Amino acid sequence: MPDQNPKGRGSAGDRGTISLLRRRPRQAVAIAVVLGVAAAAFAYTGGWLTPHRLSPARFVDSLEVNAGGVHHGFRRAHAKGICVAGAFRATPQAKAWSSAAVFSGASIPVVGRLAEANPDPFLTDGRQVVRSMALRLVPPGGGEWRTGMNDTPGMAVSTPDAFYELGLAARPDPATGRPDPARMKSFLVAHPEAVAFNARVAAKPLAASFANDTYNGINGFYFVGRDGARRLVRWRMEAEAPFSTLSKAEVSRLGPNYLFDDLLQRIAAGPLKWRLVATFAQPGDPNRSAELWPADRRQVAMGELALTYAESEAPGNCRDLNFDPMVLPPGIEPSADPIPWARSAVYAMSYQRRMSEPKPPSAIAGQTAGAVR
Amino acid sequence: VTVAPDRFNRTARALHWLMAALVLTMLLLGAGMMSTVSPTYHRLFGWHRTIGILVLALVAVRLVNRLIRGAPPMPPDLPRWQRIAAGGSHVMLYILMFAIPLVGWATLSAADYPVLIFGDIQLPPIAGHNEQLFALLRPLHRWLAYLLFTVWLVHLGAALFHRLIRRDRVLESMI
Repeated sequence: MPDQNPKGRGSAGDRGTISLLRRRPRQAVAIAVVLGVAAAAFAYTGGWLTPHRLSPARFVDSLEVNAGGVHHGFRRAHAKGICVAGAFRATPQAKAWSSAAVFSGASIPVVGRLAEANPDPFLTDGRQVVRSMALRLVPPGGGEWRTGMNDTPGMAVSTPDAFYELGLAARPDPATGRPDPARMKSFLVAHPEAVAFNARVAAKPLAASFANDTYNGINGFYFVGRDGARRLVRWRMEAEAPFSTLSKAEVSRLGPNYLFDDLLQRIAAGPLKWRLVATFAQPGDPNRSAELWPADRRQVAMGELALTYAESEAPGNCRDLNFDPMVLPPGIEPSADPIPWARSAVYAMSYQRRMSEPKPPSAIAGQTAGAVR
Repeated sequence: VTVAPDRFNRTARALHWLMAALVLTMLLLGAGMMSTVSPTYHRLFGWHRTIGILVLALVAVRLVNRLIRGAPPMPPDLPRWQRIAAGGSHVMLYILMFAIPLVGWATLSAADYPVLIFGDIQLPPIAGHNEQLFALLRPLHRWLAYLLFTVWLVHLGAALFHRLIRRDRVLESMI
C-alpha cells in the first residue's frame, strides 16, 4: 500500500503512533484519566453508580413485581379501562381564577379514560374499590391540559419515596403469596397518614357506576389568574348523575365487566356530566396529598364536562396516550407537591415499556357507544 | 493561489465550543432525567427539549458554514487510519447532532405528547401518533445518544492526543 507519509509513520500496525505513546507515558495516562472521569461523570449522572436512587425504571419494576408479573401491552397501574370523549366548557367565573385556555368558556374537545386502579387488565369489577378518570383537554390554539384523578379522598402517602416503600410493604411474599404482616405493620406505624387514608377509603360508599362517581385531582397545583396571582388549588370532577351504591351481594350477581357495561349503556342514552370544582387552599394548608383540607375552603365551579362517547381501547386512541399530569397549560402550574412530578416520570416509563410490547385486546373489546359531538 | 488556512473560521470555532457545551449538557440532561422520579425529572426534561431544538438549529448553521468555508487540512504526516478515523468521527458527530434531536422530536410526536420548548412554546409534531413508530424511536433515541457519548469521548481523546502526544496544531486549529 503506498504510504504518502513523509516521516514514514502510519504503516501497517502504526509503529509510529505506538512509539509516540511510549515516549510520552505521563501524557498518555493523563488522557486516559480525563476520558475515565468523563465516562464516570456520565455514568453517575445516569444513576448507574447509585443503584439506590429511585429511578422511574426502579419504580415501574416495583409495580410489576407487586402485580405478580408484567401484563404485556397494558398500563402498569389502572390497567383495565375504556376510552371516552366529549367536551368541556368553563363557567363564566373560571377565567378569573386561571388564565388557562381551557377556561376560556369555549367548548374544548376532550378525550379521556375511565379505569380501575389495579394492575390486572382482566380484573373482575367490584374487587377494586379505586376508580379513576384521566382527561386530555385540547384547546384549538394550544394550551393542552392533561389530568388524572382518583375517586379516593386523598392519597395514602404524600411522597414518592413513601409510595415506593408502601409498595415494598405490600409486596406478596413469594412463599405465602401474601404481604408480610410485620412489614406492613411497621410501615403503617411510620406512616399514620396511610392509616387515616385506609379508614377514609373503608368509610366511603362505593359508587355503583363510573358515571355517578366523583374523581379527585388530589395533588396540589397553582392556578394563575390574569392578574398573575398564584393560588394553591386541588380540583375534582363531581358527578351530576345522582349517587347510588351497590351492596356486596348485588355486585356478586353482576358480570365481571359490569362497570363498563353500565358505562356503555348510560353513555348510549345521553351525555354523562361532571362539574369541575376547584378548592382553594388557605395559607398553612398542607400541600401533601395524603392530607385533606378543611371542608370550609373556598370552592369554585370551574366548568362542566360532558362525555358523549365511549369506545374500547384500540390503536391510536386513549390506549396510546400518556395522561401525564404535568402536561399543564400556561395558567396552571406545578406546586411543591412532589407526587405529580414523580407521576410524570413513572408514567413515561410505563408508557415506554407498554408501547414496545404486543398489545392484546382489553377485557372490554370491540365496544362503542354514544357519539362524538 | 490561496494558502490553506491553519484554523477553522471564527464562526466554526464559536459554534464548535458553544455546541460542545450544549451537546455535553444534553447528554447529561438525558441520562440524569431518566435516573430520578424527583422534580428534577420534569425540570431536566424541559431543558432537554429546549436545548435539543437549539442544537438542531445550530448544527444546521454549522453544516452550511462547514460546507462553504471548509476545514484546515489535517497534518500531512498523520497516519492513514487516523485520517479515516478523524473524517469518519466528524461525519458521525454531524449525523448524530442532526439525528438525535430529530428522533427525540419525532418520539414525542409519535406519542402525541406536546413538544414544548422555552416553557410554553409548542412546536408542531413531525410524525403522526403511532405506537409502533414510538416503540422504534424511543430506544433509538437512547442508543444514538450512547453512541454520541462514545464518539464524543473518542473526539476528546483525539484532541488531547494531538495536543499532548503528537504535539501538532490540530487542537489549536479550533481555538
